[in-house]
Amino acid sequence: MGAIAISPKTRRAEIERDQCVECSLCFRGMSQEHLNPTLVRTVRTVLKWFRVRFDPEPDVCPTAAFDLEELTWPRIVRRAFSDVTATHESTGIHGRGTEEVKTNDLTGRVKRGEAGFVVEFGRPAVGVRFREINRMTTRLAAAGAQFQNMNPVTQLMTDPALGTLRPDLLDEKVLSAIVEFKTSVDRVEHFLDVVEAVAPHLDTVVSLGVAALCEADGSNPIEEVMERRGYPIIRGKTNLGLGRATNPALSAPVEVGVPA
Amino acid sequence: MTNTLHRFGASQDFKDDYIIFAMCTKGKNDIDSPARLRKFLEICARHKPVNMGDAKSGALFRPSRNLNPLAHWKRQDDVSPQEVIAGIKEPTTASAVFDNVQALRACLEEVKAADLGPSINIAALTDDTRTCSEEVGINRHAVEYSFGFIGNQTKLPEANTLSLMTMCGHGMIAGTFAQKMIDWVKTDRKTPSECSRYMARFCVCGIFNPVRAERLLCRMANRQPAER
Repeated sequence: MGAIAISPKTRRAEIERDQCVECSLCFRGMSQEHLNPTLVRTVRTVLKWFRVRFDPEPDVCPTAAFDLEELTWPRIVRRAFSDVTATHESTGIHGRGTEEVKTNDLTGRVKRGEAGFVVEFGRPAVGVRFREINRMTTRLAAAGAQFQNMNPVTQLMTDPALGTLRPDLLDEKVLSAIVEFKTSVDRVEHFLDVVEAVAPHLDTVVSLGVAALCEADGSNPIEEVMERRGYPIIRGKTNLGLGRATNPALSAPVEVGVPA
Repeated sequence: MTNTLHRFGASQDFKDDYIIFAMCTKGKNDIDSPARLRKFLEICARHKPVNMGDAKSGALFRPSRNLNPLAHWKRQDDVSPQEVIAGIKEPTTASAVFDNVQALRACLEEVKAADLGPSINIAALTDDTRTCSEEVGINRHAVEYSFGFIGNQTKLPEANTLSLMTMCGHGMIAGTFAQKMIDWVKTDRKTPSECSRYMARFCVCGIFNPVRAERLLCRMANRQPAER
């Protein structure tokens, strides 16, 4: 994000609050030494006089200078979407708070003949403001997208039918956020047109994923559609279908044969 | 989380990158899930993953809260697979990364036989995953395909940096940091192995592949990879 820089006035590292997405990486990701700050600065200054620079481990904060701030609404939304260790209240899932088809063998979220779109904003490590996401979701809603209810971004919509996000969040910046919606396989290209048309005009980058169930012969209908659109089939995330309900009083299999 | 999905690189650059993970569903199979996830990672550990972990308690490579200053010369703060496994105490997503498809296949065979309950996913080349699954008698349930980055790509760093930083899909490896690691290897300030470990420590989930990172860093600096 480039939110931390040394101020030429104070000669101290400062965090630019507007750019900071509250990922807490500076606090949680750096190893800490708990050295005395005055001692560290003095040693560095003396070395600098002799044109010598200490060559430290690059992932260490020698003085353990960072601390987590108590956040309030709406800023707290930044942490929910940016800190991988934070759990989304709306879905109970950490990371970006989405299950997509990773648990589809149990949830039946995407059914046969359907395609699940996973449109992610701000990844990798670019960041995004909700205002940009709002530009895409309103266009997708106008095109007929039905947003996945168990998704943190959908939970922040004032009207999922219109795709409008809460106005008090529009200027908040997060590391990344995922919009999920599903459609029938034969309408994938229709929504691809929308995503491809809007994405170049956003002040961030968009990562695109599309999911579908595999057929009995092992093939997947998405491959043909996307290859036709010029997207190579290289990597993906495969749900092997080995999941099963183990909680007591849950034994009925999930119906995945009928589109919603 | 789609943290394993959008890794950047050409298809031949993923021949040493196979991620398997287990995820529970709230209300379906989350009761007693920590024990099942620990069992999953125990199976994975037997097949020598290059990284493993879970998003709540950490991975094989992790930062230290109380580092001794001598670490700048001799650093030993990574943990054992047993410590990672023991750290799972609540429902989470458990992951392991392999640097060869044979290890993945052997692991998958055991995972299937164990019939643990959590949903099992593989993030890798889709063709390799399909072949591997079919070899152990699994008909894939669903695939979520990565179609990469679209839109305003002027925001993205250059390709070498992307190939390293996207190994943490949560964005915990900054582009500037990955670029610094490339520069440090090129200028011989640190070894590719050291730099890959620095980056791995930022990835909480344990899906960063230090073997692939080391190989890529060696290639970027025109060096021979170290013997394993």
